[in-house]
Amino acid sequence: MPKTANKLTNLGVKDIRDGVAGGDFTAREVAEAFNAAVAEAAALNAFIITTPDHALAAADAVDAKRAKGEDLGKMGGVPIGMKDLFATRGVQTTAASHILEGFTPQYESTVSQNLWDAGAGMLGKLNLDQFAMGSSNETSYFGNVNSPWRKEGSNAAMSPGGSSGGSSAAVAARIAPAATGTDTGGSIRQPAAFAGITGIKPTYGRCSRWGVVAFASSLDQAGPMARTVEDCAIMLEAMAGFDPKDATSLKMDVPAWEAGLSADLKDKRIGIPREYRMEGTDEEILKSWEQGKEWLRDAGAEIVDVSLPHTKYALPAYYIVAPAEASSNLARYDGVRYGLRDLPDGAGLQDMYAATRAEGFGDEVKRRILIGTYVLSAGFYDAYYNQAQKVRTLVSRDFAEAFGQCDAILAPTTPTASFPLGSLNDDPLTMYLNDVFAVPASLAGLPAMSVPATVNADGLPLGLQIVGKPFDEQGVLNAGLAIQQRANFTAKPEKWW
Amino acid sequence: MVSTYRIQGATGEWEVVIGLEVHAQVTSKAKLFSGASTAFGAEPNTQVSLVDAAMPGMLPVPNAECIRQAVRTGMAIEAQINKYSRFDRKNYFYADLPQGYQISQLYHPIVGEGQLLIEADEKAGIAEDKVIGIERIHVEQDAGKLMHDQHPTMSYVDLNRSGVALMEIVSKPDMRSPAEAGAYVRKLRSILRYVGSCDGNMEEGSMRADVNVSVRKPGEEFGTRTETKNVNSVRFVMQVIEYEANRQVDVLENGGTIDQETRLFDPNTGTTRTMRSKEDAHDYRYFPDPDLLPLELEDEFLEECRASLPELPDAKRARYETELGLTPYNARELTAEVETFGRFETLLAATAAKIGKPEAKVATQVANWALSVAPGVMKSLGDEADPANATAEAQASILAMQDKGEISGGQAKEIYEIVLKTGRDPEEVADTEGLKQVSDTGAIEAAIDDIIANNADKVEEYRGGKDKLFGFFVGQTMKAMQGKANPAVVNQILKDKLG
Repeated sequence: MPKTANKLTNLGVKDIRDGVAGGDFTAREVAEAFNAAVAEAAALNAFIITTPDHALAAADAVDAKRAKGEDLGKMGGVPIGMKDLFATRGVQTTAASHILEGFTPQYESTVSQNLWDAGAGMLGKLNLDQFAMGSSNETSYFGNVNSPWRKEGSNAAMSPGGSSGGSSAAVAARIAPAATGTDTGGSIRQPAAFAGITGIKPTYGRCSRWGVVAFASSLDQAGPMARTVEDCAIMLEAMAGFDPKDATSLKMDVPAWEAGLSADLKDKRIGIPREYRMEGTDEEILKSWEQGKEWLRDAGAEIVDVSLPHTKYALPAYYIVAPAEASSNLARYDGVRYGLRDLPDGAGLQDMYAATRAEGFGDEVKRRILIGTYVLSAGFYDAYYNQAQKVRTLVSRDFAEAFGQCDAILAPTTPTASFPLGSLNDDPLTMYLNDVFAVPASLAGLPAMSVPATVNADGLPLGLQIVGKPFDEQGVLNAGLAIQQRANFTAKPEKWW
Repeated sequence: MVSTYRIQGATGEWEVVIGLEVHAQVTSKAKLFSGASTAFGAEPNTQVSLVDAAMPGMLPVPNAECIRQAVRTGMAIEAQINKYSRFDRKNYFYADLPQGYQISQLYHPIVGEGQLLIEADEKAGIAEDKVIGIERIHVEQDAGKLMHDQHPTMSYVDLNRSGVALMEIVSKPDMRSPAEAGAYVRKLRSILRYVGSCDGNMEEGSMRADVNVSVRKPGEEFGTRTETKNVNSVRFVMQVIEYEANRQVDVLENGGTIDQETRLFDPNTGTTRTMRSKEDAHDYRYFPDPDLLPLELEDEFLEECRASLPELPDAKRARYETELGLTPYNARELTAEVETFGRFETLLAATAAKIGKPEAKVATQVANWALSVAPGVMKSLGDEADPANATAEAQASILAMQDKGEISGGQAKEIYEIVLKTGRDPEEVADTEGLKQVSDTGAIEAAIDDIIANNADKVEEYRGGKDKLFGFFVGQTMKAMQGKANPAVVNQILKDKLG
């Protein structure tokens, strides 16, 4: 007997995969249920475009395989949301920008192709901060995403976090069982924390960047966003893998993370970085951090104090390195070959560049291009870019030394819970501070995950972050699982859309 | 060594200081960071990958063959090979640059300091051999090409060259005359072609030079230099230097100053003009390309590169002189180009084998044939000659007949003419066309007996000590034999009979 559509949309990756494989329901039923949920949820503005046919075609292919007794793949029958930073063949890919509006690639990103090869289908392209630059999903050309969460007793629209805000909102609202995200300086972890879901940024190089619209190449890393640690493990296995088309891709086999999951942390040491006790951090966040230590201790881990002395320099360094790379990466959007072209009457080449880029980029993107151009320019390069690179080395060294004393690090994901949309628009510095706990792991290229811990007094989710050694996604996932089992996070947004 | 090239100004003599940045296209089937083809002459925009067109999300992946060729080139100029190097982005906007940046190597080039020898050339005013220092070689991407003649109001872009691998070979400011610069470019081209890292084809743009020129009074500090971009022949390089040096002297002697600027050469007028001044110079905002990891070369790779190097021009020239006993002129001519020495060595081996003597014993004969006789015959025939008939085997066969005394030098040429036209076998030609010397002692003896009998007075004079008359007897004998007698045999018999 097919379950009702409503129930199907409550299922996550593992349950859908196993249910389809076991014949409890068909992949098509799942796809139809989620397509319907997506169609109903336009008020969230989580998707830039929807692709119900893609989801159905993938589902039918999985159902046909099952009929023939073939292997259904790691993600067989699971429809997902695709952050609109991944190039998808024949499907508009915009990076939430005007300059790429209408751009339809003739190629498929490695990560999305891996997912389709694993039996997943696409519900649509998810909204995000423009070119993944933002922490609130308010910089999208296609309008902000509305978080499904609201403060108790309030109708104020809240931020789903950013830049993967469409992803976090869709998964939290149960209109997608899982979604892809990308994380440059917290863009998976912060929105996951804001939306009460789970998201992991793997070690830099685990997921190919080929076909992902670049923000800051040395930091960009794709990862899964879902509602459980198990679901993230499954989906990351499908996404990851060496790609000869990406020179920074890790030449390593993909471990069997799902099979390796264990919440038993006996003989593991979890480090608590003292420098993360920062001014401006929410009391309730600090409390949940304390709770997190207790949970991990309960799982068998030893809690140790560690020091990451250069933490306070990480955020400023990030806001030099990332814009510097972005200023160069975004130079290709010039109106010559694809995307928007603004050619005023009588304009020459330089005029066309200026008009196109003025029209095609949003304010935050322009701000970062300007910052990046400035820090790389003659006379400032040494003072800014070179200095920031040195800080980056020191931050990495901090982690390497800390990992001499512990196996993983526990910290808050963000200094605050979600905030109302519009509340930080005039205060970019405070907005940037949202990533203060996320950025160090990005600079060091380390695997890091956010898992939901609890809700605050306003009923908004709070996340805890686990940072692991290079290539030790398993250790991160296992610590996350230990928290998940003890946090027993069952809160979900009340449907208002 | 002091160069004697001077510009005569109103205020005295000026010395020219020249440095060259040569851009050489790396011989490779694929581009530096993409799999697209590099073949010359394809229809516009048919050899463009997603990477070359800088589509969103595309990434560069280094082509190992291009790296290998740059390393081999560095080894060929005896340069420091940097085991650690890195790619940097050079940022600027232009329609022929899809990425908005060129991937190059500013801070850590793959090849460090090296050197190159240019040879004395009296005629060109290079008095002695001179070593020109090379600062570095780095690899970088080429840009696309703008086409301004396709549309009345718009320019078109051809991205076929976009992303093609270039080596930029930067000399030190060690050259002091147009001739030295010309010799440098020719020698560099020769080395690149020996190594096989660049085809050296300047017409197709495979090699072009940025020419840095300044002038100074001899012994003074370097003057301010100008850089003339994209000069694409040896002759033009020399013209640029002549023109620029004289222009700068004029400016300075009229109380002006030289601006450090980028200039363009106009081949039609032989002049240069300002392209952009220092004030307009781009701020390229170089920084390490975050899409690429640093290049770290392993010893094994370096050894493989070194082992794959051929014998290089200087070593080959020395060996031709010492081991093969060739004249310095022949040795230099034969080693200047890959094709020349290639043909020579093949012919030398074939000839030595055919004759059954060591190569050193026949090298001079083969060198003279290869450098003057054979090209002369080929040239005189023009279109009548089929170059395909100029096989080493055929030529070796002719040289062997000559070595054995079966044919004379003149007959060798005649036979080769027929071979080039028809492809016939040289020995068969010699037999059937009567192009053989008579070595039959009987016939020669009979002829000589007649001559002695008919010239009794001359014989007396000769025997009386007038040695010069020997030539008369040789001449008479050859005449009687219609020029087909083997001179060595004739000499021997005459000596015997005249006593």
